[in-house]
Amino acid sequence: MTTTQDSAVAVEMITVVIDGFEVSVPKGTLIIRAAEKLGIQIPRFCDHPLLDPVGACRQCLVDVEINGRAFPKPQASCTIPVEPNMIVKTQLTSPVADKAQKGVMELLLGNHPLDCPVCDKGGECPLQNQAMSNGRADARLDGYKRTFEKPINISSSVLLDRERCVLCARCTRFSAQIASDPFITLNERGALQQVGIYENDPFKSYFSGNTVQICPVGALTGASYRFRARPFDLVSTPSACEHCASGCDMRTDVRRGKTLRRLAGDDPSVNEEWNCDKGRWAFKYVTALDRLTHPLVRNSSGELVQASWPEALAAAAAGLKGKRAAVLTGGRVTTEDAYGYSKFARIALATNDIDYRARVTSDEERDFLAAYVAGSSTTYRDIDTADHVALIAFEPEEESPIVFLRLNKNFKKRGLKVSAVATKGSIAMDKLKADFIKVAPGAEASAVAGLALTAKSVILVGERASESAGLFSAVAALAAKTGAKIAYIPRRAGERGALEAGALGTVLPGGRPVVDAAARVDIAAAWGVDSLPATPGRTSSQIIDALASGDLDAVVVGGVDAHDLPHSHAVLDALKKSFVVSLEIAPSSVTAVADVVLPVAAITEKSGSFLNWEGRARAFDSAVADSHNRSDVRILSMLADALGNPISLGTVTSSAREFNQLGSWDGARVQFAPVAAGTAKSVSGNDALLSSWRRLLDMGTLQKGEDNLAGTRRPTVAVISTKRAESIGVTTGQQVRVSNAHGSITIPVLVEDIHEDAVWIPRNSFASQALVALDAVHGDVVTVVKA
Amino acid sequence: MSKLTPVLSAHWDQPDSFTIEAYTRNGGYTASKKALAMDPDAVIQMVKDSGLRGRGGAGFPTGMKWGFIPQGDDKDHYLVVNADESEPGTCKDTPLLMANPHVLIEGCIIACHAIRAKHAFIYIRGEVTHVVRRVNAAIADAYKAGHLGNGIELTLHIGAGAYICGEETALLDSLEGFRGQPRLRPPFPAIAGLYARPTVVNNVESISAVPAIINNGAEWYQSMGTEKSKGATLYSLSGHVNNPGQFEAPLGITLREILELAGGIRNGHKLKFWTPGGSSTPLFTDEHLDTPLDYEGVAAAGSMLGTKALQIFDETTCVVRAVLRWTEFYKHESCGKCTPCREGTWWLVQILRDLENGTGTEADLEKLLDLCDNIMGRSFCALGDGATSPITSSIKYFRDEYIAHVTNGACPFDPVKSTLFAGAVN
Ligand SMILES: Cc1cc2nc3c(=O)[nH]c(=O)nc-3n(C[C@H](O)[C@H](O)[C@H](O)COP(=O)(O)O)c2cc1C
Ligand code: SF4
Ligand code: SF4
Ligand code: SF4
Ligand code: FES
Repeated sequence: MTTTQDSAVAVEMITVVIDGFEVSVPKGTLIIRAAEKLGIQIPRFCDHPLLDPVGACRQCLVDVEINGRAFPKPQASCTIPVEPNMIVKTQLTSPVADKAQKGVMELLLGNHPLDCPVCDKGGECPLQNQAMSNGRADARLDGYKRTFEKPINISSSVLLDRERCVLCARCTRFSAQIASDPFITLNERGALQQVGIYENDPFKSYFSGNTVQICPVGALTGASYRFRARPFDLVSTPSACEHCASGCDMRTDVRRGKTLRRLAGDDPSVNEEWNCDKGRWAFKYVTALDRLTHPLVRNSSGELVQASWPEALAAAAAGLKGKRAAVLTGGRVTTEDAYGYSKFARIALATNDIDYRARVTSDEERDFLAAYVAGSSTTYRDIDTADHVALIAFEPEEESPIVFLRLNKNFKKRGLKVSAVATKGSIAMDKLKADFIKVAPGAEASAVAGLALTAKSVILVGERASESAGLFSAVAALAAKTGAKIAYIPRRAGERGALEAGALGTVLPGGRPVVDAAARVDIAAAWGVDSLPATPGRTSSQIIDALASGDLDAVVVGGVDAHDLPHSHAVLDALKKSFVVSLEIAPSSVTAVADVVLPVAAITEKSGSFLNWEGRARAFDSAVADSHNRSDVRILSMLADALGNPISLGTVTSSAREFNQLGSWDGARVQFAPVAAGTAKSVSGNDALLSSWRRLLDMGTLQKGEDNLAGTRRPTVAVISTKRAESIGVTTGQQVRVSNAHGSITIPVLVEDIHEDAVWIPRNSFASQALVALDAVHGDVVTVVKA
Repeated sequence: MSKLTPVLSAHWDQPDSFTIEAYTRNGGYTASKKALAMDPDAVIQMVKDSGLRGRGGAGFPTGMKWGFIPQGDDKDHYLVVNADESEPGTCKDTPLLMANPHVLIEGCIIACHAIRAKHAFIYIRGEVTHVVRRVNAAIADAYKAGHLGNGIELTLHIGAGAYICGEETALLDSLEGFRGQPRLRPPFPAIAGLYARPTVVNNVESISAVPAIINNGAEWYQSMGTEKSKGATLYSLSGHVNNPGQFEAPLGITLREILELAGGIRNGHKLKFWTPGGSSTPLFTDEHLDTPLDYEGVAAAGSMLGTKALQIFDETTCVVRAVLRWTEFYKHESCGKCTPCREGTWWLVQILRDLENGTGTEADLEKLLDLCDNIMGRSFCALGDGATSPITSSIKYFRDEYIAHVTNGACPFDPVKSTLFAGAVN
């Protein structure tokens, strides 16, 4: 029998009989999973649907017969694919299989410490559960058990209790097969076999938390959750990750109003069952930050003092009323909140001066976003079917970890070809065996044209492309020439949603161009207003300039840290001169200079959604039930009321409903005006061109309070080429000073594969906060000397 | 009339038998010349026709194994010779390599030609340093003489001393530089073996048998042995016998006949139990003295020919003590990959220790048998299965002796009596 699973691929179906029931499954399906389809649960430990089978635990033994010939002994159902004329008898119908399973379970429990009362896994433990369902009632093994020191740290975040380990090799297979971080292995032999790390080399993988989640016993535990709760005391809420644009499906577990842990959710089309350690373990910022609890208003003597909500809203409205005001929102707000800001700017402030990009940006990028990204639909699935993926100004493991995992999966399973246009090699590029097209910072655009892509290829371009003139234009041209799909991957979770919500000066919700009269009419009608402002708005840097020059009087800032912007001193100076309304969860550089501060809810306290880089909605409910904090959109709605220009978005739900009803725009997009390819500045001597990006784990505000997680950060280093190292007389590990007129950074050097004209430093890591310390961006000239 | 058929061992008595000169003098390196002039498929056919079966333990037909290697697949092929020889009691590959390493080298050349491999590896256990030196010297001489290096390379790899690394897929992992643990099959080595390339893994003795087959013909080889177990083989005899050592005889010879050749059981004693093929094969007793020692004969009597390691124990030996020592070996050597063997051996040892001490109970016997039933056929590889053989077979034949330990509250035997220095002490 043949059916089609996917319109393109015909899958051969095979029918087998399991415990007397027929089931048809695609060729290649393992017996254990065919049984699942019938609702027959064969006990298992080492089996995991996303890992290659090992057949190690032997818990899943069943009797198998093919074409009337029975295997002489029970077979591991997790290793054998179904075949035609196969008859399977599980523990339900075969006494032999049942005894075999009970025998294996008895042996697994024999050396198990059975310290369930103090084990984090207790209550959600596959060993406990299956010992109940498929084990013997009595214990016969009464000698001495294997003992180990317990637990031991295999990284600052992960603890290993070797006594509890059932040696299923899930953790080691995950690390080797999925993350390509084979930093843990099975060592020793016999019953003393154990998971171990290399000497002096801890388990420093960005994905290590997944091993804790898939460990079928309490052998691997997360340092930050250890001994905190029992599963039955937790209230679990499906959620989405707010840390990046990968868009992981998550689960948030809360006990008495406090988030205790987050787990990767299961979404086969996005994160499969994985996530990264930041998403899993960075959530304490919600409580670790010195949260704002009351509105604040600057009084006549210039101090911020607590105020009631009506007072604060009135003060904000008074400061904004009749003023030339703009909106800056960071890329971290939800789609619903971004929609609130977008509507607020147009209706309450009558302006298109809004920009969500709180980072280094370019006008070229804004055009590119409006022309190619808004409404686009490149997905993870396109990576699965691509013949070639080009990485442009994008380091997948650091900037969108699940994109990296997907690339890695395709590389491992089918040898996906990956090319990267970059200044510096990276761990991810090594893992993906990427073709490294090495360019000097600033010269990326000319290198892109040469990529040999086809209509089946995918270009993954990161937000850092805005730091190299003409790079977005080159990407657009390459896509036009080859037919390759473009995927724009921002770092922050809220950016794509903010774009679609129109939190940008040139687009209205749904990618409608501001300059298109029909588009404006469309939105004006939906919003019940006569007209919308017709002039395209300013970009974030133009807004700052206008505030500084007095062309703008006021600004509403939501979730922006001035230190994420280039020239942060100038930004703060401009804000100081202006009337600033700040919506924030905690005191920041912006609240310090604001005239009115309005506290808003953190992610776990509110519902909402993000659009991940694909444009796929990632919705979540509030995990903490009794928070008094409100989402930005509700507060903006109150502020608009106070201004007398209501936006009528009293709840997240109403915002979501209204935004979704607007739908997408099928008219023309914003016209893209290509920008000429930039070139690299020429340097000599100790001068070098700066290259930098943010690491996944760094000094980011949302990682506050996570000391365990911080322990697995990659080390802060300045990367230079062998030639430069020789010329300045340093070797790996020695200190170098990277400096310019603004300041300097002194950190250890790493000699690695990098363009000879360049130096790379992390953008926001410990001792290396490039924007703040050097006020320099990609391609700027800095000096590198031995320190 | 001597029952011996010395082929591999024909020249072991020559003091320089291991040198390339002696080997050449005795007719060595003529078979490889002959074979290299033949069509590779014809070589495979000849080995198939000879009826040669693998001497590493399982007795798989060697020619058929070679025939599984895909041809014309544009991939590198490899020959891997298993010289790990770690099965307790087995001592045939080591003496063979000491006395005549060149016959293996010549066998490798022929096998490589047949399976279209350009590179062969010998994986040898690390403890036998003297053998390593000897084989290395022989390989160097074979290179000098031009037998190797002209299209066929041979590398000796030294293992670190793990029984499991004799299991062919664990061996391949170890050879590739990983920790030796058995691989999931399929894919079988013939399709994806060493470095995921088509690979033949054969025992030292299997490969060493090939030159004589090429020189004397398949019919000559077939003329020895029994209906389904052709040829001659090396039996290693050890334990309570007067003249232990290697005996090369046609398959199908009986222990009674071999004992005659070896001067019988230690004087004044009588046979109690023995292993036909190493400790992983179920024990035999004096009932089995006339069992033909070929693959079928031993299987019909409830055991396995295995490595033909005949370990002989006389009536002074406590079977519980012997079985416990073997079980400790399996516990020590279990690779840890699968639950039944890893955990099972841990508990088997403890129960057997109690029984030997006399602190066990009769119920422990049932527990032992039941545990063995949960290990045998449930493990990932044959090591776990093998670990149960001595236990189940000894309980089958000597249950009373186990019970005697229980009722006695101690071992009824004097262990000194079973030692070689027993007389000296008395
Ligand atoms: C635990 C274990 C240990 C083994 N040790 C050896 C060994 O030391 N030497 C050997 O030739 N075969 C050994 N084998 C058998 C090999 O797996 C394999 O069957 C053999 O090398 C094939 O060669 P043959 O066909 O020439 O016999 C062992 C098997 C098992 C399960
Ligand atoms: S630590 Fe957990 S996942 Fe890893 S081998 Fe042990 S039981 Fe399996
Ligand atoms: S990959 Fe991104 S979305 Fe997923 S858990 Fe990590 S930070 Fe969150
Ligand atoms: S039976 Fe299992 S534990 Fe024992 S050696 Fe084989 S794979 Fe390893
Ligand atoms: S689940 Fe099948 S062997 Fe472990």
